[in-house]
Amino acid sequence: MKLPSDPADFDGGYGTPLEPNASRSTARTEAINDSPVLGGATDQDALVVNALTKRFGDRTAFSDVSFQVAYGEVFGFLGPNGAGKTTTVRTLGTLIAATSGAATVAGIPLNAENGADIRKRISIMPESPGLYWRLTVTENLEYFASLYGLRRAGPRIKDALEAVNLLDRADDLCGSLSKGLRQRVALARTLLSDPAILFLDEPTSGLDPVAALEVHHLIDELRRKGVTIFLTTHRLEEAEKLCDRVAILNTTLRIVGRPKDLRAQLFTSALVVKTLAPLHDPDRLFSGIPAVEAWHSDTAGSYQLSVTNPTVAAPEVTRRLVGAGADVLAISEAQHSLEDVYLELIDEDVEAIRR
Amino acid sequence: MMGLDAIHVRAVIRKELLDYRRRRSIVVTMSILPCIFLLNPVLTIFLTSASVASSALDKTVSISLIFFLVIPVIMPSTLAAYSVVGEREQGTLEPLLTTPIRRQEFILGKAAAVMIPTVALSYAVFGLFLAAVRLFANSFVAAALFRQGPILLALLLFTPLLAGWSIMVGMAISVRASEIRVAQQLGILASVPLIGLFVLLAVGVIRPTFLVAILFAAGLLVIDVRAVRVVARMFDRERLVTGAKAARP
Repeated sequence: MKLPSDPADFDGGYGTPLEPNASRSTARTEAINDSPVLGGATDQDALVVNALTKRFGDRTAFSDVSFQVAYGEVFGFLGPNGAGKTTTVRTLGTLIAATSGAATVAGIPLNAENGADIRKRISIMPESPGLYWRLTVTENLEYFASLYGLRRAGPRIKDALEAVNLLDRADDLCGSLSKGLRQRVALARTLLSDPAILFLDEPTSGLDPVAALEVHHLIDELRRKGVTIFLTTHRLEEAEKLCDRVAILNTTLRIVGRPKDLRAQLFTSALVVKTLAPLHDPDRLFSGIPAVEAWHSDTAGSYQLSVTNPTVAAPEVTRRLVGAGADVLAISEAQHSLEDVYLELIDEDVEAIRR
Repeated sequence: MMGLDAIHVRAVIRKELLDYRRRRSIVVTMSILPCIFLLNPVLTIFLTSASVASSALDKTVSISLIFFLVIPVIMPSTLAAYSVVGEREQGTLEPLLTTPIRRQEFILGKAAAVMIPTVALSYAVFGLFLAAVRLFANSFVAAALFRQGPILLALLLFTPLLAGWSIMVGMAISVRASEIRVAQQLGILASVPLIGLFVLLAVGVIRPTFLVAILFAAGLLVIDVRAVRVVARMFDRERLVTGAKAARP
């Protein structure tokens, strides 16, 4: 699969391709609400967003949003419906103007005068593919290649179609394609211009699992090429799998960081103990173990222990259980997914609204 | 208007013309109106008796020719009114606006794409009419028509200018309309002032002198050129993408 050229070929030549999920920045795990304006922006930042706010009349789409995205990073942008994700993408993509705040996109300050220059360096795939149904796949791509000022775009179009595995449908009318195939054509369209930053708004929306997996592979491939990807998605497992860092937005930015760090930040480490029969006196059994802070039981024979350090606590817990003659089925570290992080934060918001 | 990228404008024109070719119904619909407006001149020329006085015949022929000016006004209004709001409703506008194309380039490309078939069809209808008159009309009547050299020349000159007016009014409506049907209904209004003018010409309130023609042409040219800028300024990306006008800080 051949994809847009190496990072050095991009306008400005940025960044170095990074290994998947490698840490691309340090000290980026702060909860943004505690520190609305981030300092320390560097030339390696593809996106620098400072206290950006967008209002439509009395309605606030998003407020006081600040984050940075490094070149070559895959950045996930999560949030419930109406959280302001698409509006943020549209604002950074110069489609709409921010009400206040500032941003730099691909090294260019975000303002009305720089709109065309910014759009030359980025590519946006909106949620709706927006293809011309009476034009063939190739004709659609030729049109957009011309709008990006690409001459002799044939090889680019071929590469883009190859990347999304659609070469054999190049001459089909877009109106005859399934929803999934149209989504792939839209993705191919975003690859034409070798963008420094690729904004993908729900790229796997409406795709079957196999097609979604192909898109995941494509994003991985782009990551290896050093393309910065700003991925808006509802699919939390997708974000966890693909993104180096994620931000959770619910009008205000709730948190930014690597999924692993967010889990650590929001959840204490825990051990899950399962026994064949309920323990006789679990309180006495688990008390006094240095790394165990508390415990609770949800069901008979299942115990969750809050621990400061699982590797210190687990051996001692095992010794105590064996010493007490318990029939141990399993001792494992509790795993929190990105979904847990998401739900924790969004539930907080829902509770706050109720209060 | 500085800094226009011809590649962008050409790309929009090429895509639009390709789209028209694929939608035969558009071309058929566009062709129906000229045929209707052709009826009056055809009937006038072919039914006029050769025994009519020369001055009366000249007047009858020149009035019938004015109908040809209605064609470039009416024909493009629907297409122009569809041009922006149609893309918006299809969902193709947002991806387009994410590219480096500037609003002036987009407006110019769209306008030219409507102008090309309008002018081509108007001239084709006019040419066919002249050929039919030359071949089949009474020679006395045909001679009277071909004596109207200045009017025939004015028709050639005014066709693109009138089409330009109609297209720009249609596009101005299209960039602000909330939906296609509203835009197309309002687009028809573009022709009202001009049709009013033709009526004044036909009933003799305005005398079609050389000076009037020159002034009218110059005025239309200025309006058409300025209208491109005005419509480009009316083209509000935010309103088109979100449906809401930006609240300024």
